[in-house]
Amino acid sequence: MNLSQQLVALKTITIKEYLRFIRIWIQTVLPPAITIALYFIIFGEIIGSQIQDINGYKYMDYIVPGLILMAVITNSYANVVSSFFSAKFHHSVEEMLVSPLPNYIILLGFVSGGLARGIIVGLVATVVSMFFSDIQIHSYAVTFSVFILTSILFALAGFINAAYARSFDDITIIPTFVLTPMIYLGGVFYSIKMLPEIWQTISLANPILYMVNAFHYGILGVSDIDVSTAFIIIVAFIVVLFYFALRLLRIGVGLKP
Amino acid sequence: MNALYIKNLKKTYKNGVNALKGVDLTVNEGDFFALLGPNGAGKSTAIGIVCSLVTKTSGMVEVFGCSLDTNSADVRMHIGLVPQEFNFNIFEPVGEILINQAGYYGINRKDATERAEVYLKQLDLWEKRFDMAKELSGGMKRRLMIARALMHRPKLLILDEPTAGVDIEIRHSMWAFLKKVNAEGTTIILTTHYLEEAESLCNNIAIIDHGITIEQTQMRSLLSRLHVETFILYLTEKIETLPDCGDYAVRMLDETTLEVDINQQQNISDIFHKLRKCGIEVDSMKNKTNRLEQLFISMMNNKKGDINEAATR
Repeated sequence: MNLSQQLVALKTITIKEYLRFIRIWIQTVLPPAITIALYFIIFGEIIGSQIQDINGYKYMDYIVPGLILMAVITNSYANVVSSFFSAKFHHSVEEMLVSPLPNYIILLGFVSGGLARGIIVGLVATVVSMFFSDIQIHSYAVTFSVFILTSILFALAGFINAAYARSFDDITIIPTFVLTPMIYLGGVFYSIKMLPEIWQTISLANPILYMVNAFHYGILGVSDIDVSTAFIIIVAFIVVLFYFALRLLRIGVGLKP
Repeated sequence: MNALYIKNLKKTYKNGVNALKGVDLTVNEGDFFALLGPNGAGKSTAIGIVCSLVTKTSGMVEVFGCSLDTNSADVRMHIGLVPQEFNFNIFEPVGEILINQAGYYGINRKDATERAEVYLKQLDLWEKRFDMAKELSGGMKRRLMIARALMHRPKLLILDEPTAGVDIEIRHSMWAFLKKVNAEGTTIILTTHYLEEAESLCNNIAIIDHGITIEQTQMRSLLSRLHVETFILYLTEKIETLPDCGDYAVRMLDETTLEVDINQQQNISDIFHKLRKCGIEVDSMKNKTNRLEQLFISMMNNKKGDINEAATR
């Protein structure tokens, strides 16, 4: 396939993935909006009013970046893991496997779908947060780059999960038992400076901490982590996961007997 | 040029099952080729390997001169696959399934939409283009998979039991469509358990059993090996006793039906002549079983005999 044919193929998969989650927007776009609104009401209004300021921000304002990024992470991941696993489960992935599509186009196509959902849900979360907070963005460049890179990273992670998954249980185990605890312990609801020193050190092993803090910096201008370190870690993860996912496609893990 | 050339193709699964023990196959360009074999013979595994859905253990596969090992993308570009199981997203509209499939081959949306219209109309699915695939009947789903496989205009179309579970009327319309596709230059490989389908459509045939090719020849030459054919004759009037038909083995099934065995040295018109002499007229006749089916069963039985013989040695 020449480059222009590859671009047509990439566009095809991206549109297909976009239409897939838009067609079922009640299941994909609406729930994050409701969830994030509940977080703001419960943690921001009810409990947050009892909590002192963090890094100079009201608690309600402090949790805005983390909640937006949490929606981006979970939805980018969920889109790719469910879409790719369903394609495996219904064998419709064979449509792509019998075609001359290069593996990286298949991967980029699914990741683009995850990115599209991450962006849309992130924007919805941002709109919802405006009803509860009136914060101003400190750095648009940092905010948008962290937003996009994080979405890509978790779309890739979702793809890898789907490649290994053999049942629908397998695509819920990682989000439930790994992803959610990592997000909650990644500084979405607190600053790690509030933790005892030992837990501060342990928290540094959580990659989501770097993304949440870089996003905090982008929106609020405050971070517990050096932002350049956060970018290096995010990009490094993307590169590693991208090549790992490509390798899984090449050897046909979960796809070829 | 060979449309497909397979040499000593082997596949051993991780659980130790030898699905293919050395399949050889040559399909000429423009051919309508039948690939037959009992369930579990290895047909679908061989097709899976050719279409890059299964990784081979060893052996050579070439499609229109392109090696699967060194030029897999070109091999895939040449092939259109209609698999045994439905493998499209049932929650996608029919038209989108075709347009997306074309997109995977680099065909832009405008051209893909035009092609989709052509195939959907030819296969009587045009009215269903906006419906979700899950709403189609079994026969429509089969036709959708044929349309999908043709979207990139492949030179080699592989059909793995395309008419399974399809009613006779639709099956015949699908045969007519496939004959047309073949006449327009597309090489077709067909696997089927309906042997009358293979006999009616295909010029050449290969039989796979226990992971090896046990036969590859012309359909005509294979059928000529059938030593005895059995016909059912329907008479115009009732008879009470079996007439004397000389060397012909004739059996009376009921008052108006006879069964007769014709060997290669005998001629069916002779039996009509002999019956007429006895004052019996034949209204119509049919083969008792499909000729290819008869031959296939006899070959499979012989093969089993060989295997049992080898086992007792």
